[in-house]
Amino acid sequence: MTSSPEIALSVEGLEVIFSDASGVVHALSDLSFNLAANTFATLIGPSGSGKSTLLRVLAGLVPPTKGQFHFHNHHDQVGLVFQKPNLMPWRRVTENVSLPLELADLPRDEIDAQAHDLIKLVGLEGFESAYPRDLSGGMAQRVAIARSLMHDPDILLLDEPFGSLDALTREVMGDELLQIWQAKRKTVLMVTHSISEAIYLSDKVLVLSQRPGRIELELIIDLPRPRKPEMRYLPEFSSLAHQLRDSLRDTQAMS
Amino acid sequence: MSAAGSISKLHKARPLKRILILFLSLVIGILIWSAAASIFDLPAFILPGPGLVWERFLRSLESGQLLQHSLATLSEVLAGLFLGGSVATVLGYLIAKSPALENLISPYLVASQSIPIVAIAPLLVIWFGSGIFSKILICSLTVFFPVLINTVVGLREVPQDLRDLMRSLKASRFQTLTKLEIPAALPIFLGGLRVGATLSVIGAVVGELVGADRGLGFLINVGRGQYDTALVFVAVITLAVIAMSLYGLVLLIETQVLSWQSWRDEAK
Ligand SMILES: Nc1ncnc2c1ncn2[C@@H]1O[C@H](COP(=O)(O)OP(=O)(O)OP(=O)(O)O)[C@@H](O)[C@H]1O
Ligand SMILES: [Mg+2]
Repeated sequence: MTSSPEIALSVEGLEVIFSDASGVVHALSDLSFNLAANTFATLIGPSGSGKSTLLRVLAGLVPPTKGQFHFHNHHDQVGLVFQKPNLMPWRRVTENVSLPLELADLPRDEIDAQAHDLIKLVGLEGFESAYPRDLSGGMAQRVAIARSLMHDPDILLLDEPFGSLDALTREVMGDELLQIWQAKRKTVLMVTHSISEAIYLSDKVLVLSQRPGRIELELIIDLPRPRKPEMRYLPEFSSLAHQLRDSLRDTQAMS
Repeated sequence: MSAAGSISKLHKARPLKRILILFLSLVIGILIWSAAASIFDLPAFILPGPGLVWERFLRSLESGQLLQHSLATLSEVLAGLFLGGSVATVLGYLIAKSPALENLISPYLVASQSIPIVAIAPLLVIWFGSGIFSKILICSLTVFFPVLINTVVGLREVPQDLRDLMRSLKASRFQTLTKLEIPAALPIFLGGLRVGATLSVIGAVVGELVGADRGLGFLINVGRGQYDTALVFVAVITLAVIAMSLYGLVLLIETQVLSWQSWRDEAK
């Protein structure tokens, strides 16, 4: 008997309505789901279905109109990674990675040690004193990932983190992210537009419906770990891809 | 603006080449000037040749006259730059933070900008006397607008994603200011300060021409009154040197503080 896994994040009846001068947008409606601790979950859905909005709510950037969410861990800090690396161009790699702990006013040597470890983890040793403009897209996104881990959040929120990378870099980064996830034992919620990326990386894929977004489908991915690139050619993989594609087509057809 | 553009383009050239070009253009300018003076055979009170002006320069340097008036103008310029610059920076920050304040103030700002400083300078001299204070006020007013605008624009251009990042990390208002807003707005802010520095020199001279007992503008008036055109030339050239030095100083600060920017690499 395995005990039921500890819940890391629960979202209940979340609703977000934006209203401004240009009108009212019903972005999320009655959205509920749970994530067990250390789950790798991806969020997929039509453009404008409120994926970024959900992440922004969880990051505390947008107040929900209705409903609630809970982080069941010791602190409610999240690590945030955007589609663009979003680095500070005036800060070197180490300084960018250090930012979250600088804001927490930690002692310098502690910050430096932690930054050093994370830069090593994402494979950027030797680039500590480079400026963002000297980094490739993949390297810059690695810095962003290291930064998001700096304050040791329990939950990582990634909004299409590999969206602006070429296909090959994207696959490499996916494998690296899995390694980091395995090493750090985080709960991950990542937005992606790629069905195969979602299956390859995840324990669970959440499909969001057409706006206003709600959970259309929760698909458990029970492929063995560690994931290997060859798994993309397994029949189970394609059957999962079929289910996701159908679900996405259904929600898009409804509009 | 085009002058500023070509100066910064010059700045991007290699140092040795840059110095050579400057030197060459200086030599050519002086040659044309002295040729014009001798070919047209103009009297010295209309166009004194370079030699005459040089002589006058040495004389005014020796008597201490030039230094005294230069220092007077320079201190007005710097005081105005500091006063106008700091008020504009603080107000710019507040405006960038509060649209309500912007709506309240912007009509006055636009109106004040449509009045040339030459037109208000006499008023300020009437109200505050012909001493240094009215000049500092005039300088402050000329510096005020470019610094204010660039502070507001600089703060507005801070990327929203970075603001979101700071917010998700629970940064305080002060941390957001020091770790995000100041460094992000600095390039545009310093651009405003650079323009303000040159305008401040113009402000000081305008004030001194209207009514003063010292300064390079005053010296120009004296030279004109005594048909001492060489002295006018000396004062004008000194003014140009002061304005260019200030411009260069801010540019130097920019290249030091903004070393992370790529435009500096092109200069290497
Ligand atoms: N601050 C805001 N004010 C008003 N409307 C907003 C705001 N943020 C998002 N929206 C609207 O909410 C809807 C959902 O946007 P969101 O960015 O969450 O979609 P998304 O699923 O991330 O789309 P994409 O796949 O294109 O990134 C969109 O219609 C968007 O225009
Ligand atoms: Mg989005």
